[in-house]
Amino acid sequence: MREHGERDSDDWAREDPLPGGIDAPHKWILYLDKISVSFDGFRALNNLNLYIEAGELRCVIGPNGAGKTTMMDVITGKTRPDEGEAFFDGSVDLLEHTEPEIASWIGRKFQKPTVFVNHTVIENLELAGLRDKRVWPTLITKLSAQERYRIDATLRTIGLLDHATRPAGALSHGQKQWLEIGMLLMQNPRVLLVDEPVAGMTRQETEATAELLNGLAGEHSVVVVEHDMEFVRSIARRVTVLHEGHVLAEGPMDAIQNDPKVIEVYLGE
Amino acid sequence: MLTKRWLDHDRGGYVLLGVLAVLAVVVPIANLAIPDGSPLHLSTFMVTLLGKYLCYALLALALDLVWGYVGILSLGHGAFFALGGYAMGMYLMRQIGARGVYGNAELPDFMVFLNWDKLPWYWHGFDTFWFALAMVVLVPGLLALVFGWLAFRSRVTGVYLSIITQALTYALMLAFFRNEMGFGGNNGLTDFKELLGFDLQSDTTRVVLFLTSIAALALGYIACRYVVTSRLGRVVAAIRDAEGRVRFTGFRTHHFKVWVFTLSAILCGIAGALYVPQVGIINPTEFQPLNSIELVVWVAVGGRGTLYGAALGAAVVNYAKSTFTALLPEVWLFVLGALFVLVTIALPRGLVGIVARFRRAQHA
Repeated sequence: MREHGERDSDDWAREDPLPGGIDAPHKWILYLDKISVSFDGFRALNNLNLYIEAGELRCVIGPNGAGKTTMMDVITGKTRPDEGEAFFDGSVDLLEHTEPEIASWIGRKFQKPTVFVNHTVIENLELAGLRDKRVWPTLITKLSAQERYRIDATLRTIGLLDHATRPAGALSHGQKQWLEIGMLLMQNPRVLLVDEPVAGMTRQETEATAELLNGLAGEHSVVVVEHDMEFVRSIARRVTVLHEGHVLAEGPMDAIQNDPKVIEVYLGE
Repeated sequence: MLTKRWLDHDRGGYVLLGVLAVLAVVVPIANLAIPDGSPLHLSTFMVTLLGKYLCYALLALALDLVWGYVGILSLGHGAFFALGGYAMGMYLMRQIGARGVYGNAELPDFMVFLNWDKLPWYWHGFDTFWFALAMVVLVPGLLALVFGWLAFRSRVTGVYLSIITQALTYALMLAFFRNEMGFGGNNGLTDFKELLGFDLQSDTTRVVLFLTSIAALALGYIACRYVVTSRLGRVVAAIRDAEGRVRFTGFRTHHFKVWVFTLSAILCGIAGALYVPQVGIINPTEFQPLNSIELVVWVAVGGRGTLYGAALGAAVVNYAKSTFTALLPEVWLFVLGALFVLVTIALPRGLVGIVARFRRAQHA
């Protein structure tokens, strides 16, 4: 691990959004430092730095091919970077853990909702929330009162209490997205990675989703990757703009909107 | 609801278990108590034929467990059936003792014929019934465990998995055809005399074997039903529908697939072990890929993913096969092929689906 002092000061000032003088990466729930990933010579991520505080709600935006998906793949252990460091909760080295291990700390919601269509809403939540995911325990244990309580609480949070016993395949598109967020919550992750949560949603659904994600921040750290600028404006306290595999700009939405570099590559399109 | 117990709302399962209970009472009476010549008498031939169907039904049940519930289309399940059958056949061969054609108490006839002077090491232990029973379970189980581990850990799925299961049973068939393997080559194992000292030709032994097959099918059904209604059942059904998502939820999906695949192979082994003493022979043709494909047709015809439908399909298709091969032997394969095409197009949920549709129509 590189010491704070080794970094050159210019680098630090430009790339660390919150210079606090605290030794990195212990302050951050999610800490990506100088991450680079190449696929067949194409640099999908190029010296990417991303630091997320505990309880933060962060939006990541960027044009197609900016590296948003690759960034999430690195965080969740699906892709191993060629260079760089990735830490969770200060001291957990994400590059040394497998996908299933990381999944218990960091929940990821994919762009396309993939709920289990033949299972009921409750069953979807039950599977996601299982504490012991080995073969024997799943064969012999039954739903406990405590699990039932957690499922009910999650159903309320995601607003699907009235649809609890319907098959997930019968839900609307927006409801599926919420169910998937609920499945993430059942895993009780510290960090939620949410990929385009409002794509294809109606106006009301989008508003409800903004409310839901805002409510989750604080207890969880939430990273939202989104195209819909209106939606980003409605939820984000802090925005990171990706471009060609690295961070182009970072800051409050107002500052980002007026940043000439951002306007040029993204908002100006 | 989640809390429903494993036989609640399982009308098809009740019907299956009910039919088995009735057969368990009626068949022994009709065969043993009602005298020969009475129109109600059931011949021993029929008892054995029914016993054979029961073994096929257990085999179909085992395939439905992996195909209907985990989405693994195995085209090599006949291999596990045959291995269980061979384990039982080896025990029955050892029971012949000195009563073979060559009168050699140490070696089975085919080994004497091949001029072997001692029993191969892997035949040791098969003089003991319990050892043979353990092998009936262990040999197919271990093969499935190793094969499944390699295949599922490497994430081999779909048609590729079907092809390698087919290759597995084909390779075993070629191996068992060789005399040097020590399993009787193309003649296989036959000419059995006794099981646990009971004459295999006697009516009583046949009826007991029939009843054992009933018990095995009933217990197999209950075991499978327990598995598919457990949380594990919900996990594997989710694996069938969206495996990547289950993996992302934190499950090691290949562990679950290997576990169910192995359980299924063990059930096949038991079915094979019950089949061999009833038909009196086991030979390498049991490994032929066609058998495993027929098995898939039984499950598809009955109704995939219902368990009882698989048992029904096995009985119906095999009854049709018995009838057709007696009347028009050359037509059977065409009927089988047509059946599979028709069911896939017109009855995706099999015979069980027709019943369900009919019931819905009545309610409406």
